[in-house]
Amino acid sequence: MSGQPHSYYLPEPSPWPFIGSFGLFFTLGGLALLVNDISGAPYVMGFGFVVLLVMLFGWFGTVIREGESGRYSEQVDRSFRWGMAWFIFSEIMFFAGFFGVLFYARMYSVPWLGGLGEKLSTHTLLWPGFEAVWPLLTLPSADGYTEALEPMGAWGLPAINTLILLSSGVTVTAAHWGLVHANRRQLIVGLALTVAAGILFVVLQGVEYIHAYRELGLKLTSGIYGSTFFMLTGFHGFHVTLGVIMLAVILFRAMAGHFTPDSHFAFEAVAWYWHFVDVVWLLLFVFVYWL
Amino acid sequence: MTHATMTHAAHDEHPTWLRRWVFTTNHKDIGTLYLVFAALMFVFAGSQAMAFRLELFAPGIQFIDPLAFNQFVTIHGLVMVFGAVMPAFAGLANWLIPMMIGAPDMALPRINNWGFWILPFAASLLLLSIVVPGTPEAGWTMYPPLSIVGSSGKVQLGGDLLIFAVHLLGMSSILGAINIIVTILNMRAPGMSLMKLPMFCWAWLITAFLLIAAMPVLAGGVTMLLTDRHFGTSFFDAAGGGDPVLFQHIFWFFGHPEVYIIILPAFGIISHIVPAFSRKPLFGYASMIYALVGIAFLSFIVWAHHMYTTGMPLAGNLFFMYATMLIAVPTGVKIFNWVSTMWKGSLSFEAPMLCALAFIMIFTVGGFTGMMLAMAPADYQYHDTYFVVSHFHYTMGISAIYAIVGAIYFWLPKWSGRLYDERLARIQFWISIVAVNVTFFPQFFLGLAGMPRRIPDYALQFADFNMLSSLGAWVFGSAQLLFLYIVLKTVFAGRRTAEARVWDGATGLEWTLPSPAPYHSFATPPVVH
Repeated sequence: MSGQPHSYYLPEPSPWPFIGSFGLFFTLGGLALLVNDISGAPYVMGFGFVVLLVMLFGWFGTVIREGESGRYSEQVDRSFRWGMAWFIFSEIMFFAGFFGVLFYARMYSVPWLGGLGEKLSTHTLLWPGFEAVWPLLTLPSADGYTEALEPMGAWGLPAINTLILLSSGVTVTAAHWGLVHANRRQLIVGLALTVAAGILFVVLQGVEYIHAYRELGLKLTSGIYGSTFFMLTGFHGFHVTLGVIMLAVILFRAMAGHFTPDSHFAFEAVAWYWHFVDVVWLLLFVFVYWL
Repeated sequence: MTHATMTHAAHDEHPTWLRRWVFTTNHKDIGTLYLVFAALMFVFAGSQAMAFRLELFAPGIQFIDPLAFNQFVTIHGLVMVFGAVMPAFAGLANWLIPMMIGAPDMALPRINNWGFWILPFAASLLLLSIVVPGTPEAGWTMYPPLSIVGSSGKVQLGGDLLIFAVHLLGMSSILGAINIIVTILNMRAPGMSLMKLPMFCWAWLITAFLLIAAMPVLAGGVTMLLTDRHFGTSFFDAAGGGDPVLFQHIFWFFGHPEVYIIILPAFGIISHIVPAFSRKPLFGYASMIYALVGIAFLSFIVWAHHMYTTGMPLAGNLFFMYATMLIAVPTGVKIFNWVSTMWKGSLSFEAPMLCALAFIMIFTVGGFTGMMLAMAPADYQYHDTYFVVSHFHYTMGISAIYAIVGAIYFWLPKWSGRLYDERLARIQFWISIVAVNVTFFPQFFLGLAGMPRRIPDYALQFADFNMLSSLGAWVFGSAQLLFLYIVLKTVFAGRRTAEARVWDGATGLEWTLPSPAPYHSFATPPVVH
């Protein structure tokens, strides 16, 4: 060999990608069986999910061991950063799709059903009695749907949740400062507070859903308002839950002495992710709850 | 360009069997897996096309009833797009990008392997959906309400398996795309600035961006189909304030970038083959890049040209019409640059060059018919006819195939260290180029005369051209089997070559590596001047 060999870390063959694909197949295949009420479905799905969990532990465990043993050069670190950034971009586009649907319903489909512009004939031929308002409570045809009694307000729990999530953005930044200034106590306390805020957010979101179903009559089946409300907030809540799990892992790793002031990609990746769910929530608060 | 040849003997030991082909973290092995998978899916989806061309050979219903016909075209479209063409380009990306930018491997090798291995499982879900109740039948575009209740009037398992297959295919594409972007941004050899990047890498960089931006939107769309099917949401039901046309917006917001996802890597390949066999550098390198970026940008603001007849407001139709016509500008830049590259070149016509020329001509036919379809008032006549079928087969079907076949002829000697049978390859080329035009050119006229797509029966006046089209299709299909034979023959019994620069006009880092290329492409980064 001549010249300087590459220092880029190339992993040995690994079983985890295949195991992950295998687990995904049974999880999603099982889910397809489950929504069709086919017996045995929970077992298929459960098996797939367990395989997925094993994969996550195995794969992340390997990566953490490699990282802690110092095998990752600065260039590898850059690969991870770019990778995480583009992954978050894909998540942004996922939510953008659902926001697009919300705007389409509010700007076009509901007003058109009410006879806006060129769509007068749609209105008069289909449901002449329909009135286009947002939030849409009275549907063009309630057949098969359950109409909501009241819309979800913005200034109760949702406003409190906004404050909680924004504060968690501050605490995770405080934890980061603790990390880069080699203040492990501040790192751990900041992370613990962030995890607590995340859990509180999810719990309050659950309380709000119960309120929606029991008192407001607002359900997933309440027409396009209920559909967009629950799908947008639901997927956001799911992402917050994932974020909390990721933060908790980072917290345990911080307590185990992982990360150094100049090498802590995993922490930053999770912090980016957390800011991402934070920003999505702000948009949700404005366009789903408030305006 | 470079000075980077080194001894590789010590680097060629590689793992075997399970560790090599299932647990692999090597870009070449993963590239091979992608290409083999694509070939299998191509044969599968192609045989479906052969079957429905049999039904369409004569008017009346002979072999396939209308429902099964719709299932055939649905699966044919989905498998060709997601199972054959996209994986084939991903395989080429895996093989070529590290060799072209002077890297030892892809940036995220395990993610790379995951991106591949999701595919066979996704394909299994898709294929399972054929044999269970509720086989998908709404076309590859999956429009509701047919994709929600199905022709049986019931919500059945097949549709859900398709939805989850699409989720997995999207995941696979996103993982692959992230890996490609990161590799190109972070693994280039010292001195290789972005404006020195080979065109195939540029094309894939843009493609990967399109994938990451478009795929999640499709995932969201099919998720809404799922909840409309099972959980009582009303995204696509006007009775609940939604709109079935909304799904078309979501689908084509993904779908239009998707057709560029398929064709941009092909553009990249042609930009390598044409200069090599013209013995001239690519004409207008920088403008080629700007054209790629322009096409990518425009791809996100033209989606509703697939929906002129859905009753969009006039302003919508006009906007999408003008925006669509703009695409002809960057695309024209590319066509003219390839032609200018050949101008006064020292041309020779080996199989890869024949494929590249075929690509340019076929894509131009596809592009021009695209301009016809882009005109909203004219589209009212062409919409959902065989004119559209022929148009998109010219743009993203056949042209993608010629780019892939050309790329394999061009780079296979580098990969395998063996030469393909040039005579056989030329015979295969001429059979297939004649046959493919016999298949699809008559379909333009069928469409102009008003023959609707997705219908197994047709009026008597369409009989002659359909017969011609079916004959062409069977010859074209058989010719592809000959291509697969040529590849297998090359890999297992081709004449060996030790030449690093297999083609005298070829330039680029991959041609500085020995043939066959070492297991880890550049163990030492080359320096690009």
